[in-house]
Amino acid sequence: MAEHFPLGLILLFPAIGVVFNLFVGQRAGRTTVGIVGAGVIGAAFVVGAVAFGRLLGLPTGGALTSTLWPWIEAGAFKVDVALRFDALTAVMVLVVSGVGMLIHIYSSGYMAEDGDYARFFTYMNLFVLSMLTLVLADNLLLMFVGWEGVGLCSYLLIAFWYTNPEYAYNGRKAFIVNRVGDAAFILGILTTVWVGATHGLWTLNFVELRQHIAWFGPATATMICVLLFIGATGKSAQIPLYIWLPDAMVGPTPVSALIHAATMVTAGVYMVARLNFLYLLSPDAMELVATVGTITCIFAATIAITQPDIKRVLAYSTISQLGYMFLAVGVGAFSAGIFHLMTHAFFKSLLFLCAGSVIHGMGGEQDMNKMGGLASKMPITCTTMWIATLAIAAVPPFAGFFSKDMILSGAYTSGHFGLWLLGLITAGFTGLYMFRLMFMTFHGESRVEPERAHHLHESPPVMTLPLMALALLCVIGGWVQLPEGWLWGGSFSRFLSGSVGIFKPALEASDLGLSILSLAVSLTGALIAYIFYIRYPGLPTYLAWRAKAIYQLLLEKYYIDQIYDALVSRPLFFIAQYVLFKGLDYYTIDGLVNGTGTTVEASGDAVRRFETGNVQHYALIYLIGAVGIAAFYLYLVMR
Amino acid sequence: MAPPSYYMILSAVLFCIGVSGVLLRRNVLIIFMSIELMLNAVNLAFVSLSRAWGSVDGQSIVFFVMTVAAAEAAVGLGIILATFRNRATVNADEINLMRW
Amino acid sequence: MPLWLFIFLAALAIIGAAGVVLQRHPVHSLLSLVMTLVVIAVLFIGLGAATVGFLQMIVYAGAIMVLFLFVIWLLNLQSQPLEPGHLALKFLGSLGSAALIAELLLFVVHPPPAITQNRAVAMDFGSIGRLAQSLFTDYLIAFEATSVLLLVGVIGGVALARRTTAGGGGAPGGTP
Repeated sequence: MAEHFPLGLILLFPAIGVVFNLFVGQRAGRTTVGIVGAGVIGAAFVVGAVAFGRLLGLPTGGALTSTLWPWIEAGAFKVDVALRFDALTAVMVLVVSGVGMLIHIYSSGYMAEDGDYARFFTYMNLFVLSMLTLVLADNLLLMFVGWEGVGLCSYLLIAFWYTNPEYAYNGRKAFIVNRVGDAAFILGILTTVWVGATHGLWTLNFVELRQHIAWFGPATATMICVLLFIGATGKSAQIPLYIWLPDAMVGPTPVSALIHAATMVTAGVYMVARLNFLYLLSPDAMELVATVGTITCIFAATIAITQPDIKRVLAYSTISQLGYMFLAVGVGAFSAGIFHLMTHAFFKSLLFLCAGSVIHGMGGEQDMNKMGGLASKMPITCTTMWIATLAIAAVPPFAGFFSKDMILSGAYTSGHFGLWLLGLITAGFTGLYMFRLMFMTFHGESRVEPERAHHLHESPPVMTLPLMALALLCVIGGWVQLPEGWLWGGSFSRFLSGSVGIFKPALEASDLGLSILSLAVSLTGALIAYIFYIRYPGLPTYLAWRAKAIYQLLLEKYYIDQIYDALVSRPLFFIAQYVLFKGLDYYTIDGLVNGTGTTVEASGDAVRRFETGNVQHYALIYLIGAVGIAAFYLYLVMR
Repeated sequence: MAPPSYYMILSAVLFCIGVSGVLLRRNVLIIFMSIELMLNAVNLAFVSLSRAWGSVDGQSIVFFVMTVAAAEAAVGLGIILATFRNRATVNADEINLMRW
Repeated sequence: MPLWLFIFLAALAIIGAAGVVLQRHPVHSLLSLVMTLVVIAVLFIGLGAATVGFLQMIVYAGAIMVLFLFVIWLLNLQSQPLEPGHLALKFLGSLGSAALIAELLLFVVHPPPAITQNRAVAMDFGSIGRLAQSLFTDYLIAFEATSVLLLVGVIGGVALARRTTAGGGGAPGGTP
């Protein structure tokens, strides 16, 4: 069933882009860099599409494979740099390279004024390369290489404008928080190897792991799944490690769109879906995933309601939507999670790119309190962003409707009523914060500062064309998976079933009823936003004043950053500064080193006094030595 | 017929006189001469042992010692000359460029 | 060599050696040294090492000592009093010398059995032929190396002793 295909090409093209932009980019013109940067991603997309075509010709569960070279051979432990292209990977590759290509095109306009054009595209290409490695890997270790690679690129791109100390700090924050998760991820990998090793097969290959799934007992499976999920909470910004994502918004907006919305942050969801056979062994781990996802989902949505910064709203929205995906995979509806991952990639990257377009037009302003009434100035941006908003608010027939509906019905029919209810409420919050964002930005009275108002402009075509392409995807992207029984209903799930299996509902429920219910909740949220921000613009201020405590709590993001600061950062800093640095490094280790130096210097100073320069003194010492040696021989003779 | 040990005693006495000359005198030329004296004391020991063993090896060594002494005298006296030219002294106390 | 002759020669050698150390004028020291060297040459011949004895006379007592003499004259060295000071050095030097001679004498008092008596030797022992045979067979490489050593000594002596004249050209001499 596994057919050979030169999958290395998918990775080769972004790699060419990296090398070109890194070494030649500074000298090549901006146009060349932009064309190469976007072109290599497009080429990867084309190869991915060809591979997808081949995959469709195979029976369900088929895969394309390609072994590039042997990587590690240590005794029985053997890992190859090998790629595997099955249905799940196909979706991921097409999303990553397709959305990635559009964002690259957009970036060539957005970053046009930036001095470090080539460096930007180097990082972006490197990111796509890493992400494709992550999704194409046929074993856990190579996947981890991609996992770390995207983390590195995330850090590099958040801190892209590194001369600003705050941006550099946020980059480090993202990297360090991710390290926490990655440490657990590594432990998970090691545990997996260990389980295989006890049965004589040292492997991390997904196919082989799946074949020998019987080796994993429930306890071991839970341990591995929880460890890997902790890694996923770091990468995919779930409680408790989500804190880096809102701060990651200081990076260039295309970066936020590509990495912190569409692709990288979904790596955790992909990982859970990829290892679905392992997670299915452990109901406890599944419950954990679903619960954490749901709590994150509603938690982040509530924060998003009050944030004034347009990108931060979207960041919390991303966290919230990722929560939905984890809810889906946690209840066993893996294809629903991947489906939402895909549609989310469309509408969230579109939202970010539109926000970027707004910020671009506003000359860098991100505060929605200083926007309003932009619809007439930026018609294309406004229209496309509305499409994305309707998609994320799950209004039919836009993409988000189908995927979110699938998740909620999955949660309901698997019997997780509590989680379903929280998800449903979050749908209302989603409508609220997204419509709030739209109303505050594009409608109502203009609050734009006068000096910004006169050069307010629509973005150039190189930026608006990707917006339109993504808007089209937002409209039709959901149609690949209509509810069961409708036209080609369930086609996406069937396509994915070879990789992630088929979701088996525990109980029957009316799909239509659930859909109408969630739609009603969403629209209620939208209606509230309309009342608050268009009809009675004074109302939010009044309400914030009346419910000051709640408002402050939400505005300050539940004080989580402050709590982490007090509980984790400060104690660590204290230990690092006073125990490790001052106590250990400065006094103990430096003391030893300096003490060695001082001792040598002092003894040298003492000994050098013998160096009188007078040859007779040397001769005397020589004589003493000779007398001593003679005495020794005398002792030997006389003995 | 004087036994070898007599020669050895003479050799030892001459050697130690040379040693004391090296250590007690300040004049570098005298020091140099004392060194030559020490070398000759050793040569005497070699030759007497050569006779005692009935082997010419000791004499060969003496031959080499003389060669080394000749080369050493050439270079050593050259150094003394050069030093005297710079510092106008042959007093070992005043020739202490290598002092710390 | 009869014992009385040995004792006489030994006394001469020791007197000469003491003269080297004790004479105030360098030329007197040198003449004392020459006397010692000549006595040692006689002892060599008495021990049957005729070749080495004559070499001692010619090379040592002759050539090298003349070189010393030239240097003394060149430097125009005059008689100097025995230098005062450095009592510690003198004390330790005397002590060390005494210790060394005591040790060496102890060695001689307890000689290995083999060298208590001279062995009988052939008539040509110490002849130039026997010595040459040894030098050109067993010690050939060392012998060749001495030629290089002498060459280096000649070059070193010339380089050190030459006077660097202003604008005189050539490599700088031994003047540091």
